Amino acid sequence: MLGKDLLGLRDLSGETIMEILTVAREMKKKIDDPNLRDNTLNKSSIITLFYENSTRTKTSFMLAGAYLGGIVQDLGVTTSSVNKGESLIDTGLNLDKMGVKFMIMRHQMTGAAAVLARNVKACVINAGDGTNEHPTQALLDMYTIYDYLGGFKGLKVVILGDISHSRVARSNAFGLVRLGADVTLAGPSTLISGSMKALGVKVTSDIKGAIADADVVMGLRVQFERQKNMPFPNTREYSTLYGINSSLLQYAKKDALVMHPGPVNRGVEFSTDVIDGKNSVINIQVKNGVAVRMAILKLLYEANPNLI
Amino acid sequence: MTLLIKGGRVIDPANGRDGIMDVFVKDGKIERAAENIEESADRVIDAEGKWVMPGLIDLHVHFREPGFERKETIRTGSRAAAMGGFTTVCCMPNTEPVVDNDIVVEFVKLKAERAGIVNVLPIGAISKGMKGEELSDIGRMASAGICALSEDGKSVLNAALMKNAMRYAKMFNLPIFDHCEDPSLTGNGQMNAGAQAAYMGLAGISNDSEEVIVARDMILADSAKTAIHLCHISTKGSVTLIRQAKERGVKVTAEATPHHFTLCDEDITEYDANFKMAPPLRSKEDREVIRQALSDGTIEVISTDHAPHHIDEKNCEFQNALNGIIGLETSFPLANTELVEGDYLTPYGLVEKMSFNPGKILHNGKGTLSDGADADITIADPNEEYIIDPEDMVSKAKNTPFGGRTVNGKILYTIVGGEIVVDNGVLIKK
Repeated sequence: MLGKDLLGLRDLSGETIMEILTVAREMKKKIDDPNLRDNTLNKSSIITLFYENSTRTKTSFMLAGAYLGGIVQDLGVTTSSVNKGESLIDTGLNLDKMGVKFMIMRHQMTGAAAVLARNVKACVINAGDGTNEHPTQALLDMYTIYDYLGGFKGLKVVILGDISHSRVARSNAFGLVRLGADVTLAGPSTLISGSMKALGVKVTSDIKGAIADADVVMGLRVQFERQKNMPFPNTREYSTLYGINSSLLQYAKKDALVMHPGPVNRGVEFSTDVIDGKNSVINIQVKNGVAVRMAILKLLYEANPNLI
Repeated sequence: MTLLIKGGRVIDPANGRDGIMDVFVKDGKIERAAENIEESADRVIDAEGKWVMPGLIDLHVHFREPGFERKETIRTGSRAAAMGGFTTVCCMPNTEPVVDNDIVVEFVKLKAERAGIVNVLPIGAISKGMKGEELSDIGRMASAGICALSEDGKSVLNAALMKNAMRYAKMFNLPIFDHCEDPSLTGNGQMNAGAQAAYMGLAGISNDSEEVIVARDMILADSAKTAIHLCHISTKGSVTLIRQAKERGVKVTAEATPHHFTLCDEDITEYDANFKMAPPLRSKEDREVIRQALSDGTIEVISTDHAPHHIDEKNCEFQNALNGIIGLETSFPLANTELVEGDYLTPYGLVEKMSFNPGKILHNGKGTLSDGADADITIADPNEEYIIDPEDMVSKAKNTPFGGRTVNGKILYTIVGGEIVVDNGVLIKK
């Protein structure tokens, strides 16, 4: 059962995660069949508040809200009073007063969603905060895995790449570990901290060893924009040593899923033939993202009847 | 004007005393401390069951004036000091403008005099504007009455400049209070590196960011043949380095803050910026080493690093929030609860850390109940238990992580130069 907000998977029970995935399966039908779209959200106002760029997350949230009968608006952060120095809390309080029921926020700072959530009445959905969590991405990843492989227990999931800056890796680790998957985080030693073991995962820089017999190979974008002090010499060396190409992928299970949260740096973390290959479900993930986000909106709406 | 403090447990490391005694104060000076003083006095304080200590001294506070009066002023900070039992505090120079010349020193002294609550001693910046490029007007500031030099908030990164500052300061007998931090290692870190940072998704600050400068500056102090006082030591590695340096004769002293011996990184569970400071709350293991180092004397001073901030500077994104917490009104009860009741320090040891040793570093005749000394006296009830409530505090700021915590030890009287500033727990001088 969800509370007021969805801030991360860190504090979500396995039961709640499964509930979201189950509802998402139902929701997915609405994507292709407009006749199934309804007024679940009863014209609740939904606002997206993105302090960082996004293609998939923002659009899929906006569509998810619209498919369920919400009134969806985007606060263009770059053209808003945020640029005049208005604080996050003040921005949230103003939106509260306008009757916004769902605030979907992406922010460059860890914990920003939590700060917003404890200051506003609206339900806050974290669409990515700094290097902390990106819960809806992890849930759509988990949905995809669940859809293809039927469960999580004992699955070998490898998450590769720029782990230290990845909220996607962290949210996936929290969720997958909770549901019994065997999660390995792999990447160059400067982009991964041994402290990550605290999340109940394995940590390694041995890519080949990590991929061996994997059920899921999840790549992460190298976040050049967050890097300082040169964690690796250059892109060419990175792709040579840590990039996944089809010959390396052969170490994984034959039907292993190749996943990526996007946007992909083609030829850096994955070679093009892997991205577009038969194991890739990268584009399916995007579709599932809409379904999962619908499920979250619906469940939050139901968990907070006082919102109306 | 005479004052007689009757029947308290007088703890006075300067004279090696710890026992039930009376203290007689006349005209702002301590006339004597002895058993059963029968002389009549204008005012008699019954101190039975209480500790009577030389006034507490805090080598490390930020009173924010001039420049940041919305956080704290010299007057409001002085009140907080008095309520915390501090009779002397040393103000860090990272104000606006920076205390880097005698004019600003005079300003701070004037404000302190007008407040007239506790002894407020200005600290001068090591470098002009705290930019780390050229020495500030050290000699002129010494004449104007600074008690020490510090670049607190950061380190002087140019090692040659730091060494020159040490050599130059020695001529004026000025101690250097050294904030040790290499910003390239701190980077974008928001809390201690480790499992809890991994759990919280906050960028970590590893212990080495402190330790490389601790090591460097002890080497420099050794080669410059000067003393150095290391601020807010927080890591196991720093403690090891300090022990080694002391063994080979380096003149180094060190301080720890109440938050570093009370809290650890695992206490950061929400993104509550009242737990954000520099250096950050370290691991449990580091905290234990800090307590041990206080116990065995490797660290000889407890300082608060009282760092008031406006609520808007803390009630925001963790990364945007400013570093530091207030500490004056919680220092004694935390030290008593965590260190004395936790068996790391005796009451005598606590008084050494909070009055006698800082007094020695300032070498200004404070931190003692000797005959003829200024009558700076603090009386506390070590057995009064209460729950810390930030709303009860007199500091202008409320940024403390200790709200709701149960502590033992209440300041009842703060006496500055023979004048009762806090009387039975009530602030008299506003």
